Amino acid sequence: MTMLRTAPSTRGRKSTGVRGRPLLRTSYEQDLTLANTGAKRRGVVALVIASFVVPFLLADDLLQVLALGMISAVGAIGLNLVTGYAGQVSLGHAFFIGVGAYTGAVLGGDPDGAMLGYGLPMWIWLPAAGVVAAVAGLIVGPLAVRLRGLYLAIVTLGLVFLGDHIFREARDITGGPGVGRRGAELELFGIDFASIEPISGLTRGQAQFFLALVFLIIFAILGRNIARSGVGRAFGAVRDRDVAAAVIGVDLTKYKVMAFAMSSFFAGVTGALYYAVIGVFEPGAFSLLLSIQYLAMVLIGGVATISGSIMGALFIALLPRISQFIAHYVPDGLLTVFQLEAILYGLLIMGFLIFEPRGLFGIWTRIRNYWKGWPFSY
Amino acid sequence: MTTFLQSVLNGFAQGSIYALLALGYVMIYKATHVISFAQPALMVCGGLFGYHATSEWGLSFWPALIVAVLMGAVLGMLVERLALRPMVGKPVFTLAIITIGVDIVLRILANRYMGPDPRSVPYPSGSQRLEFWGLSISQQRLGLIVVTAVTVAALALFFRYAKTGLAMRATALNQETALAQGIRVGTMFALAWAIAGGLAAIAGTFVAATGAGMEQNTWIIALKALPAIIIGGLDSIPGAVIGGLAVGLVESITAVFQPDVAPWLGNNFALVAPYALMFLVLLVKPYGLFGTKEVERV
Repeated sequence: MTMLRTAPSTRGRKSTGVRGRPLLRTSYEQDLTLANTGAKRRGVVALVIASFVVPFLLADDLLQVLALGMISAVGAIGLNLVTGYAGQVSLGHAFFIGVGAYTGAVLGGDPDGAMLGYGLPMWIWLPAAGVVAAVAGLIVGPLAVRLRGLYLAIVTLGLVFLGDHIFREARDITGGPGVGRRGAELELFGIDFASIEPISGLTRGQAQFFLALVFLIIFAILGRNIARSGVGRAFGAVRDRDVAAAVIGVDLTKYKVMAFAMSSFFAGVTGALYYAVIGVFEPGAFSLLLSIQYLAMVLIGGVATISGSIMGALFIALLPRISQFIAHYVPDGLLTVFQLEAILYGLLIMGFLIFEPRGLFGIWTRIRNYWKGWPFSY
Repeated sequence: MTTFLQSVLNGFAQGSIYALLALGYVMIYKATHVISFAQPALMVCGGLFGYHATSEWGLSFWPALIVAVLMGAVLGMLVERLALRPMVGKPVFTLAIITIGVDIVLRILANRYMGPDPRSVPYPSGSQRLEFWGLSISQQRLGLIVVTAVTVAALALFFRYAKTGLAMRATALNQETALAQGIRVGTMFALAWAIAGGLAAIAGTFVAATGAGMEQNTWIIALKALPAIIIGGLDSIPGAVIGGLAVGLVESITAVFQPDVAPWLGNNFALVAPYALMFLVLLVKPYGLFGTKEVERV
């Protein structure tokens, strides 16, 4: 894995070794490495190994929920790039996810089906879905350059409604409302991940979990690398004060458009993959609600953190399970499970923003800091 | 020609709803620099207050409207007090997202009350229509236009002459300076939300008084006031009214003529026409027709 090879740069390791102070950084390279502390390095490796063991411990239906959560995490990382890192509020993520989903479905769909489909293999339709969504992002980009803050939020909201209309009307591609179409064929290296038969000893849930995990690792590293590179720091400068960023020579137009394009690429990949796993989907899926769900992932997980996006996405994916659990304790007839789930979204968004604006990642940071200082609380 | 004028008239009535909602958005934006995404929920709740007042308490339309406005105002103040006051000084984006949370919670509660059946408020003269020059308009819509005009005029006078109105304008201009002049900024925020809640309740009650009534999907109407405020400019009261009417007109005219003139745009294009109009306006004027251009200083 690249992470392991690049992380402990020789210079960095030497200086920590000599001084014996793991958090002392003496160069910018050290500060910007992928995993900048030993604990983080070991923690990530342990987490990845643990994730590969998990599928053998859990039931298939829960595994699929987790797999879908991990796929959503890719989209959440994308939204975090544009909204968290670059500070460009986007309520239009559902549109880009939809573009990706339909690109994937058209390119990878059944050529003999009722809808348009070319039956191309996965290694073509998946990147293509990302690229087409990114192009859509490039088209929106120029509007984003002219607008700021809440104006942009409302304009991207308009994008969702226009997209919804287009998806409903393009019946050859989408099947139209109430009908829908099948997603792309989920087949990579000759393995059919949608098959119900055991795949070389693995059940479908396990196979899909591994597929999602591998893609999540790839895109998480990609996201982290974008965030810690010059591009990511330019995003941060634009977010913190765009006029000041322009003064110190950050090309605002370039980076704002870039943020939208990158985020849309992630969204496109998520869309194609998610609905390939789901199977059948209809245009109504890409409504404002989906945008809000992704925004919730980013906010609940932690703004401008990659690991936060992943935590947030998994949390939101598990929310239906959690609300089913809570539903046992809610008096009968007060709220249905769906209403409970929706109300939890709302309360969680509000609660996190009011009480823990840094999200789950912030909670984790506080736990970590507690143990760092233990037994001294300050 | 009659078809055109009729659709203009219908659009005018529909636009009044959007104008009322847009005024609510602008009130909150001007006072607190936040776009309240909770406005749809306030509208739905306002409509249900009107429903409750007529069907459960047996009031007739006009007293029910006043009750709904008062309750809507209280609800708006509650939202401000509970969800937004703790966040004073935080980035406006955070506040805007909190209002999304508020919207979801309130709407679920409203849906819980509403159930699957539409809830409608009876309008005194029922479905009687007024006929003139070959055009016709229902009494209910005429009432809506008149109420909107009166409300807009009242608000304009309030801001122009009332002491509190002046204080609100001062708060909108600069919070710290307003504080230094002895204005209670918190009270002004609460007042802005109360006015927005009241306006949303007027809109909601009139929506519930149309034939269709108030149902689970009616809240979408309030989202169409968003293009209205963008077209008019986020911080302009005349802009909100003109934007609202423009959105109503475009929607109604598109609904009548688009199926014949441009069938390739698909069915129900009228529903998204306001958003298309918004994109067109923004390409020309990024701060809307009447919005204040932000001055960038280093």
